[in-house]
Amino acid sequence: MSRYLSTSPYQLGNASVRRVMLLVLAGLLPGIAAYVWVFSPIILVQIAIASAFSLLGEALMLKVRGKPLSLFLGDGSALVTAWLIALALPPLAPWWLVAVAALFAIVIAKQLYGGLGQNPFNPAMIAFAACIVSFPALMSMWPSVTLKLSFIDQVQVVFGLMPHVDAMNGATPLDSLKTSLKLNEGGVNVPSLLATQEVFGYFAGRGWEWVTAGYLLGGLWLWWRDIIRWQAPLAFLAGLVAISGAFWLWQPAQYASPLFHLFSGGSLLCAFFIVTDPVSGATTPRGQLIFGFSAGILAYLIRVFGGYPDGVAFAVLLLNICAPLIDRYTQPRIFGLKGTR
Amino acid sequence: MPHKLFRFNGGVKPATHKTDSVRAPIGRAPMPERLVVPLHQNIGGKPQPCVALGDRVLKGQVIGTADHWVSAAVHAPTSGTVRAIEPQLATHPSGLPTLSVVIEADGKDEWIERRPVDYASMAPESVRELLRDAGLVGLGGAVFPSHAKLSASKKTPMEELVINGAECEPFITCDDMLMRERGEEIVRGAGIFRDLLEPKRVLIGIEDNKPEAIAAMREAVAAAGESFEVIAVPTRYPAGGAKQLISVLTGKEVPSSKRSTDMGVQCFNVATASSAYRALTFGEPLISRIVTLAGNVEQPRNWEVPLGMTIRDFIALGTPRADTNRYLMGGPMMGFELPGLDAPLIKASNCIIAASPKLFPPPPPEMPCIRCGSCARACPHELQPFELYWFSRAANFGKAQEYHLFDCIECGCCAFVCPSHIPLVQYFRYAKGEIWGRERDKKAAESARARFEFRNERDEREKAEKAERLARAAAAKAADNPLASATAAPTAASPAATPAPAAAVTAAAAAAPTSPAVPGEAPAATGEASEAERARKAMIAAAVERARAQREAAAAARPHDAATSPEQ
Amino acid sequence: MMIYAILIMALGAVVLGASLGFAAVKFRVEGDPLTDKIDAILPQTQCGQCGYPGCKPYAAAIAKGEADINLCPPGGADGVQKLAELLGREAKPLDAEEKPKQTALIDEQRCIGCTLCIQACPVDAIVGAAKQLHTVVDPLCTGCELCLKPCPVECIAMNPVGESLDNWKWKPPVFTLQRQA
Repeated sequence: MSRYLSTSPYQLGNASVRRVMLLVLAGLLPGIAAYVWVFSPIILVQIAIASAFSLLGEALMLKVRGKPLSLFLGDGSALVTAWLIALALPPLAPWWLVAVAALFAIVIAKQLYGGLGQNPFNPAMIAFAACIVSFPALMSMWPSVTLKLSFIDQVQVVFGLMPHVDAMNGATPLDSLKTSLKLNEGGVNVPSLLATQEVFGYFAGRGWEWVTAGYLLGGLWLWWRDIIRWQAPLAFLAGLVAISGAFWLWQPAQYASPLFHLFSGGSLLCAFFIVTDPVSGATTPRGQLIFGFSAGILAYLIRVFGGYPDGVAFAVLLLNICAPLIDRYTQPRIFGLKGTR
Repeated sequence: MPHKLFRFNGGVKPATHKTDSVRAPIGRAPMPERLVVPLHQNIGGKPQPCVALGDRVLKGQVIGTADHWVSAAVHAPTSGTVRAIEPQLATHPSGLPTLSVVIEADGKDEWIERRPVDYASMAPESVRELLRDAGLVGLGGAVFPSHAKLSASKKTPMEELVINGAECEPFITCDDMLMRERGEEIVRGAGIFRDLLEPKRVLIGIEDNKPEAIAAMREAVAAAGESFEVIAVPTRYPAGGAKQLISVLTGKEVPSSKRSTDMGVQCFNVATASSAYRALTFGEPLISRIVTLAGNVEQPRNWEVPLGMTIRDFIALGTPRADTNRYLMGGPMMGFELPGLDAPLIKASNCIIAASPKLFPPPPPEMPCIRCGSCARACPHELQPFELYWFSRAANFGKAQEYHLFDCIECGCCAFVCPSHIPLVQYFRYAKGEIWGRERDKKAAESARARFEFRNERDEREKAEKAERLARAAAAKAADNPLASATAAPTAASPAATPAPAAAVTAAAAAAPTSPAVPGEAPAATGEASEAERARKAMIAAAVERARAQREAAAAARPHDAATSPEQ
Repeated sequence: MMIYAILIMALGAVVLGASLGFAAVKFRVEGDPLTDKIDAILPQTQCGQCGYPGCKPYAAAIAKGEADINLCPPGGADGVQKLAELLGREAKPLDAEEKPKQTALIDEQRCIGCTLCIQACPVDAIVGAAKQLHTVVDPLCTGCELCLKPCPVECIAMNPVGESLDNWKWKPPVFTLQRQA
């Protein structure tokens, strides 16, 4: 019987799930660095909270399910989810919100579906969606750009030791653009808003430009390291640019430029770290193009016409549902059968 | 003008481990005292043994004749005595036995009369037959009978003949050394294939990590005055797969559903070419081959070995190190673990690797598939291995076939790159085996059904005939005896139409075929008077008595069961 | 406004109805009779262990709803499962013990050449003539055991079909086995 344990290939490469996940985490570092530099090191605290609760949830569920702890805890997949959650939530969100999000992602969205590799939806996006539906007010409390708060005070805010006062709050650039346009229907135009309001920077959200540029850098590095494919990110960005460009060309006064949309909200984070999630995304090359492009379009529609400040989470979740179908109908032609059908 | 090369998808670059075994020239293995030659060493029909126990055989004598067209003869690798024709451990991952001829060498190594031929003056058909009877099969490891590959397609003209010297698997260097040392034989063998297939071009593909072999082959081609192209192909596993090499050299992709000749191309291994040359020019059948001994041994080297030499005798040539825990045949990507050291070297043996836990550490624990798609990008046949894996694992074999399971060449690239360390190839082999098993069962069931239906039809027909005959006889009797006509008429009017009368007739008919056997036995037995015969006679008489009792009982029990009564 | 809504709904109904109708005509499947489908699943041993004189009659009985689906021992649990899937019924445990596939073997020392087994064999898998040795053609034998009873000298034995190089299959990876255990 022991012979059946051993079949070719006997010589194996050095790939492992752990290595893949650690490289993805490394890919997030430039974005995190920019985050720290532009906003505050508080994001590191949030990442720590999310990581701790993700690992806790993972360990608990693995124990309950009778799976080897060391093997699955060490694979790094829970950390990737945790970091994405921390980056997607407002930096001054209370600690328990981050904890709830992390636990929800790991316990409900990942382990209850069967753990690593079995989840039909992206756990981080599920957690984000659950939070934004359950705690809309908390989820839209982004620190005001003008907020000058020491790191210690920020930590106290996060842990509820200091009240979270309205004065601290601002809105995300996407949100403020949408609200301003809505409040002064027809009265203002986008270029003047971007020029006057202090939440906006050179061409997108102030500071956010740098953070998202960091995601872009990390994503390109992951692509170069062959951890992610070019199809899904490029298609996502292309979808976003295509639809935002179309609206922008039609009414430049009412709609922001593609550049603004590329560098605002979660666009680049999503492009390189979320639509590239292999477990819940499409897997065929053509499927990834369709998946990414549709997600880009949906994200724009939800973000501009929907009720939520950003649309990437819902766009990705909706496409997650379609992923098996997309895969089914985009099976590549195999060797020797390319000319057929 | 550099030859235009094409690219196949995926592939991997495992560490090649090829340098150790090419330092020494090809050695000639000493003739062992005992050789175990399995009869079935080829794809296709099982050769039938044509020697008897105790026969003295000469080197090169046929010991198994080719069965059907796709089959290849097997020969004695040396002179000696046939000590057994019995199942012996097969060189196969299963560890099951296979019918083999065990030869005790007499040490004289005496050749049978060899008949060199001038193949150019022969009909192609007889050349192919000659190659079949020389036992020539593909020596790259697939062991498909070569003669069966030497007919061009009737529809498509042959364009390229590819000679495969790529040898992409790690550790294996037997083709490399063959090309370095016996380039001329290969070129002449390729010439034979060229003359039989008449392609426009002959391309010899060699991976570019073998510069010595490339140089040697170029020299040999020039020396022979041939116009073959010796082409260096990029080193990337599995560039030496026939389909991959064809695609790299010609851009033609041969799907599993097609023969390569249908696309005007054919591919042979370099060792096959050289063996074909030796078979025709010297009349030497395939009784030896070059085998690499590599891995965890003190003296890795290539040896020319007589087929039938046991692995035990062979590995002794290289002195395995103490921590060797198993032996692989073939390369580490596609080879298999040998079931035991008593298994012989066969035509498919290109390499024996002594493996140690250090050389091939046990794979890390299997993790769930994360659908990362690495396998799909590594697959040279552009399959989606992770999809095939889900289907195979769920025993959803229909779906696996739909996703082209049978285009998988089991090259192992997918498992090599899998970050979850899933033994993908094993899942695919399992699924293929199950599908083949089910096909076999289905075919057997189909033919059983056909035979059953045929038999029922025959029974019906015989019954009808019988009934008719009886009715006719009855009618004739009735004509003689008017009293009986009343009972006979209904039977004649409805031959086997209603079940009840038919059953009645057949109950009588059923006894008929056996009853002549009873009196027939008597005169046959009277001639002999031996004890055994008498005992046998008594037994038969008793048996027949029992049978009759049973039959009568059965007939009494169900007189109306038309469908089953004839069988009882 | 309401008119529009009604019109749109009506239009939708017409379009969907038309497309459904079109699909029904275009993608119509010529269903082969149920009996044949069931018969295709049955192992064709023609052994009669189900109580019917052959696989086809049993298939017909299942199709008519007269027979249960778990009466075929040679088909095994696998066969019951397939029948259950085809018929949309609940799979049941087999109504007999499952035997490994076997074939008949005639002891040539004892055979008297009576031809009774030849007549009993439903699939013509035994060859021989009166007073001559009979032999079971192994690949044709379905293992139905129908030849055992008629033999007057009890010279036929059933042998399980062992694993050989011809029917050997790669086993599934052990990982899966552990999972199932």
